[in-house]
Amino acid sequence: MADLTEEQKKSYWQYNVTLTTILLIIWFVVTYLISGLWAGWLNQFSFLGFPLGYYMAAQGSLAIFVIEIAVYANLMNKHDLKYGIKEEG
Amino acid sequence: MSLAKIFGLYTICFLGVTILIGIAEQLFGLSPQWIGWIFMALSLGIYVVIGIITRTSNPDQYYVAGRGVPAVFNGMATGSDWMSAASFISMAGALSAQGFAGLAYVMGWTGGYLLLAVFLGPYLRQFGAYTIPDFLGARYGGHFARIIGVVAAIACSFTYLIAQVTGVGLIVSRFIGLPFQIGVFVGLIGVLFCSVLGGMKSVTWTQVAQYIILIVSYLVPVVYLSYQLFAIPVPELTYGRLLQTNNTKAIEITRDAKEKETRALWKKDADDANAKIKMGNLSDAEVDKLKAASKTATQQATAPAASDDATVGRYLTVPSGVGMWNFLALTFCLMVGTAGLPHILTRYYTTPSVREARTSVAWSLFFIFLLYFTAPAYAAFARFTIYAKLVGTKIAELPRWITLWQPAALFDVVDKNGDGIVQWADFVVKSTDFVVLSMPEVAGLPFVITGLVMAGGLAAALSTADGLLLTIANAFSHDLYYNVIDPTASLTKRLTITKILLVVTALVAAWVATFRVAIIVELVAWAFSLAGASFFPALVMGIWWKRANKVGACAGMIAGLAVTTYYMIGSRFYGVSWFGTQTIASASFGLPVGFITIWIVSLMTEAPPQQVQDLVASVRYPKSGQAVTGDPLGRDMPVGAH
Repeated sequence: MADLTEEQKKSYWQYNVTLTTILLIIWFVVTYLISGLWAGWLNQFSFLGFPLGYYMAAQGSLAIFVIEIAVYANLMNKHDLKYGIKEEG
Repeated sequence: MSLAKIFGLYTICFLGVTILIGIAEQLFGLSPQWIGWIFMALSLGIYVVIGIITRTSNPDQYYVAGRGVPAVFNGMATGSDWMSAASFISMAGALSAQGFAGLAYVMGWTGGYLLLAVFLGPYLRQFGAYTIPDFLGARYGGHFARIIGVVAAIACSFTYLIAQVTGVGLIVSRFIGLPFQIGVFVGLIGVLFCSVLGGMKSVTWTQVAQYIILIVSYLVPVVYLSYQLFAIPVPELTYGRLLQTNNTKAIEITRDAKEKETRALWKKDADDANAKIKMGNLSDAEVDKLKAASKTATQQATAPAASDDATVGRYLTVPSGVGMWNFLALTFCLMVGTAGLPHILTRYYTTPSVREARTSVAWSLFFIFLLYFTAPAYAAFARFTIYAKLVGTKIAELPRWITLWQPAALFDVVDKNGDGIVQWADFVVKSTDFVVLSMPEVAGLPFVITGLVMAGGLAAALSTADGLLLTIANAFSHDLYYNVIDPTASLTKRLTITKILLVVTALVAAWVATFRVAIIVELVAWAFSLAGASFFPALVMGIWWKRANKVGACAGMIAGLAVTTYYMIGSRFYGVSWFGTQTIASASFGLPVGFITIWIVSLMTEAPPQQVQDLVASVRYPKSGQAVTGDPLGRDMPVGAH
């Protein structure tokens, strides 16, 4: 890992920052807009017998959080390997 | 034998024993008292045995389980460390009473893990300290940041601990029939065994065992009911229809003439109480009493739907205006609190590598998700069974669970209009904590399921208590005593001090819990705001911004804590109100203040030493599970080094 050049370091970190930003935007939209501010409006639609707004706050958002973290762990771990970062620990 | 096999076998044995008890109940009429004892002895026995098997005096094992816990198991351990009496016992109850507004808890307590995953977990692991104050001490230098960390860690962990101990007492006293005060101490023995004997190592493996018990016991009753009602054993799919049924039922109840009569009587009570308060010349105590009476009466006069022409029950109504602001603010505070609670953060020190830490956060949330995803369904089923089994029964023939639960004083049944029949408004709920624990009995399921739920509630409360106890004891012994007071203390001395502190902390918490102070439930919610406002900004800035320095971090933590505490106490006791924000969402002010203070003060003062800046940069690139060669603190050598 000491072999990473400054440029490699920069692009490694850039990828992490971009991924983090995208995930946080999704997190924000799902929590505060879809399950929050827009929930009342979404309730007019029905999903599996649930009002959609309620469903997103009670079930949908949770599932999205789980997927987001799994995607993060997976992509970052792959990204490490691509840069030859292997931990011995 | 591999870990997966051991815990697989353990799960099968646990299910097998549960089924055997169920058979014994059906065939030989095993009494509920006995079933309660068996479940409690069995689960406490398991925890004690794990404590003995995994005992250790190696500091790396004792503080961070040798950094050898695989991601999946650390995920399970984090799951039960995280899911407390509040998640298991209280959450579904709160949801069933509050409806949509209660979903702030479900989202807040899961969404926080995303913040933890991308901002903190992997980087803390890379840094490789023992405790969270350790990180603050190493990153910002000097004792001051560490000591603020210690104070904040103890403040949030201790209030949280008392709530767990109270939960243990409630369960033991209700199901075993021991007095609350004794029940509290009995339950604690199991916890102490693990943490004293093997520190983090024992606690980790006990928590894995506890996770399995708690998730099985949470899912079984709802799955059973879902199958009974809809022939589909997936409550998450079926409860949508139940919500509609409940809604129709709520409207039907509101239109019932007898119900209206009962509500009118409650309304009159409330008006009378308010009138008396207005007349004045009463002592403060009398005013408080009247206010409480008026509050209860108002609640009874309006639940579950406010008017009889309501098309949507209040249950599904999305709050608007100030209600929406509070909903969003509370969700936010619970999220940052989740990502800032030290007993959860330390769990990510125990994985073998940064990769495993990342995967481990994903597993943690998955295991937590299994319960939280079911909680809204649990709430709907509970509401359905209470509508079906209680409303309209005769006062003289109350179901058995009512009489069994009466001593716990969580609810009351009063025949307000004296017609001898239970109306919805006759059911006075003082605490919704009975919902989860009593649902199997309310629904008329065999008692073995109640026993199972009891064991699950106990596991949830004890596993969290374990993690909290360890955090508190380590904050005192490792951070305060070893690092600040006497850095030359020998290993044996340090571990002895930790063990004594564990016992003392547990006893103090049990003793405080015996007073059953009502404000404890609120204090737990405060703990989230405190953790969110103090730790979250300092940790995130410490990892993500090289320029953050000691003065900035200390000022930020103090400012965040001060603003949060001011608003909490002010809004709770002295009528302070900013934008109508609830007390439990106080961190919505403290957190931004914390961040901004760290930013401004850091820029105004000297940059941190180059060495620290390099350290922060190196944490970005995982290597060998360690940020710097050797130990980041340069002190905690393996056994024998001292």
